Amino acid sequence: MLLDHYQTEDFFDEMFTEAGAVRPHYQKVADRFHSLDSEEHRRKQTAVDLAFMRSGVTFTVYNDDQGTERIFPFDLMPRVIPDTEWQRIEKGLIQRITALNLFLHDIYHDQKILKDRVIPPHYILGAKHFRREFMGCNVPKDIYIHICGSDLIRDRQGNYLVLEDNLRCPSGASYMLENRTALKRAFPDIYRSARVQPVDGYAAELRKVLQHVAPASLGGIQPNVVLMTPGVFNSAYFEHAFLARQMGIPIVEGRDLVVRDARVYMRTTSGLVPVDVIYRRIDDDFLDPTVFRSDSLLGVPGLVNACRSGNVSLANSIGTGVADDKVVYYFVPQIIKYYLGEDPILPNVDTYLASENKDRLFILDNLEKLVVKSANEAGGYGMLMGPWASQEEISTFRDQIRANPRNFIAQHPISLSRHPTWCVEGLEGRHVDLRPYVLYGEKITVTPGGLTRVALRKGSLVVNSSQGGGSKDTWVLNGDS
Amino acid sequence: MSELLTPTAQKPISNRRDSHVMLSRVANSLYWMSRYIERSENMARLLDVNLQLMLDFADFNDDQLEKHWLPILCSAGDEETFFKLYEKADSESVTEFLTFREENPNSIISCLFSARENARQVRDQISLEMFETLNECYLFLKSSNAREIWQSGAHEFYEQIKKYSHLFQGLTGSTFTRNEGYEFINLGKFLERADKTTRILDIKYHILLPSVSDVGGAVDAAQWQAILRSASALEAYRRFHVEDILPKKVAEFLIFSPTFPRSIRACMQHLDGDLHRLSGKEHREYKSPEERAFGKLLSDMNFMTIEEILDSGLHQFLQLVQTTLDRLDDHIYQEYMYHPPVDTQAEILLHQQQMQQQQ
Repeated sequence: MLLDHYQTEDFFDEMFTEAGAVRPHYQKVADRFHSLDSEEHRRKQTAVDLAFMRSGVTFTVYNDDQGTERIFPFDLMPRVIPDTEWQRIEKGLIQRITALNLFLHDIYHDQKILKDRVIPPHYILGAKHFRREFMGCNVPKDIYIHICGSDLIRDRQGNYLVLEDNLRCPSGASYMLENRTALKRAFPDIYRSARVQPVDGYAAELRKVLQHVAPASLGGIQPNVVLMTPGVFNSAYFEHAFLARQMGIPIVEGRDLVVRDARVYMRTTSGLVPVDVIYRRIDDDFLDPTVFRSDSLLGVPGLVNACRSGNVSLANSIGTGVADDKVVYYFVPQIIKYYLGEDPILPNVDTYLASENKDRLFILDNLEKLVVKSANEAGGYGMLMGPWASQEEISTFRDQIRANPRNFIAQHPISLSRHPTWCVEGLEGRHVDLRPYVLYGEKITVTPGGLTRVALRKGSLVVNSSQGGGSKDTWVLNGDS
Repeated sequence: MSELLTPTAQKPISNRRDSHVMLSRVANSLYWMSRYIERSENMARLLDVNLQLMLDFADFNDDQLEKHWLPILCSAGDEETFFKLYEKADSESVTEFLTFREENPNSIISCLFSARENARQVRDQISLEMFETLNECYLFLKSSNAREIWQSGAHEFYEQIKKYSHLFQGLTGSTFTRNEGYEFINLGKFLERADKTTRILDIKYHILLPSVSDVGGAVDAAQWQAILRSASALEAYRRFHVEDILPKKVAEFLIFSPTFPRSIRACMQHLDGDLHRLSGKEHREYKSPEERAFGKLLSDMNFMTIEEILDSGLHQFLQLVQTTLDRLDDHIYQEYMYHPPVDTQAEILLHQQQMQQQQ
């Protein structure tokens, strides 16, 4: 009923083929939603929203002195991925994180990839997040990227492409887990019959990863692991508290920690107690005022030195940001080829580098057709969507690109696949992406599914929560239908 | 070495690697979360009872009204802020001030907002059910609904506030692990409760002074009944003393009852147990002068009679209890929650020098 007037228009639709038939892996969901009327849907949606609000699954709205808290809009219709398709995604992500991790080890040690001229050295050495302080520094088990959340999109043919890598403090895993809980409650019947792969292993796996990278000097003693948050006013605080609770580890702020003789301690009711592993949700820049930003009040003086001395492990390691620089993104296919001798399983979106003469001329001539991105911004900021931008915005970006070409890349707009999503008028197609979560410890694991983000505004391609995005539960099936 | 280079002195280092360590900040938040909830409940009961009491004295003039409400205001300790906001103390202004004004840090709304803020700080430590209860209470108070209910019938509103507190404390008992954190929650609860019982008694202490002429009058009986109800003790008192409500007996009951959970002595007995479990000291051994003073007062109370207290002054005795509890509160803070602040500039200098020396 709700899907009778659904239009796929000129997009790749996750649920329907071009001819309008339901794809086999969506059959069970389609059957259930066919029998759903808008009244029942409204009731379920209200119940879910209320549950999120009550249990505080919220983010704080900045610039609001009322301290308003909002829920991250959740769409009840799940996104479904068949098993075979998922296996390819999984392989592709494992390949990518393996190569990026080898890349990070290389550029902080021998820099072979630069010497072999696969990447022009200035791109790396001049990158905003390259930490020369960490040259020659070893990290436990040579793992740099413990937690990775890469954003995947699908083009008009339905091919999965990597849009960007998030290798510093990727967020959203708690929403993946909470969305699943909410959906199970709202539709226990289809959930059971659809045979969905579980996601609840994420927190336990993350904990194992953190324990795995404990300093070797502990000699196998159970390490003290903590999660470090910027504090209760951070928009992701809910996630920090959620993950800490799921893992059963303390959540600490910078002011709870102190460094003595290059060792990190937390301030407890029984005095100072050592800390061995820190899952930090704070950017490099704020970790330690003695090394990075001296005005940081969030960090701990001496933390970086303790880390370099091998007395404390950080996840993710310091300096991973250089690998998710959008200019370095351009080189990831070459990085995979260089370290693994393989072709990338998940391709990049075709990208132009403003600092290459030929590319720059092309970009400047075609600004109204391209999407331009700043090299180090996240959250949908610092972007120009050429086809939708005003002349004024375009000319601002033109000036910025000319002034600082290193800071920009450009891509052809990808029209992102669409998914039936509940809107005021019923179910309509809205653009989605997918952020799967990859954990790198003793082995690399990808939680089946991830966070599907959906641009709720009609026609919008921006899925970020700060800019009108919502999310969906993501189902990976056992089998293909 | 210059003095600047000495890092700020810190508490001793232990080598514990078990999951039972508790951050000082967390202990502090649990303690205050618990205190604020208990405080809001006591305030709700006090206001509810007194508003109902006023129904019996509808013909009170402004003077009498002020005489009634001023001691209540003073017991909350915020009369200065009050008179900045209101001209006179009557039922409307005092209850509004003690219920809804965020300018008053001890109003019900301020207490519950603070409790919830503390709970948010330790969301990873408390159970989901505990957080949900506080959060629901917060959302209720933030909604316009709260004031509407209060205006159309204050009793229902205060009932709701008490229910949140009862639910929260019940859930704490049934979902919170019996670890160090539990002791801090209990310390906060019983310290606040004991303190509030002294204040409820103190509001009416002058009635027990021999010089007051209308002791035993109708007004008095109603007032003493109100005191018992303010401590949720009316029924318990009646079961214990099958006789009229006598001021002396009421005071005796609220101070000495070893079994009624809101009496000063019962609260102190709980506190004594919590303090010992935290410090690991033997029974009757105390960790600090403040704990010892507390233990001494508790022992004294085991042997004192109400007559002795009345002879030497009820008000003075209640003040002694309050001061002892205040000092205990300070001791708990110093011992378990406070760490010397880090002097960031000195730390930066020190660490930079250490890094230089390594090369």
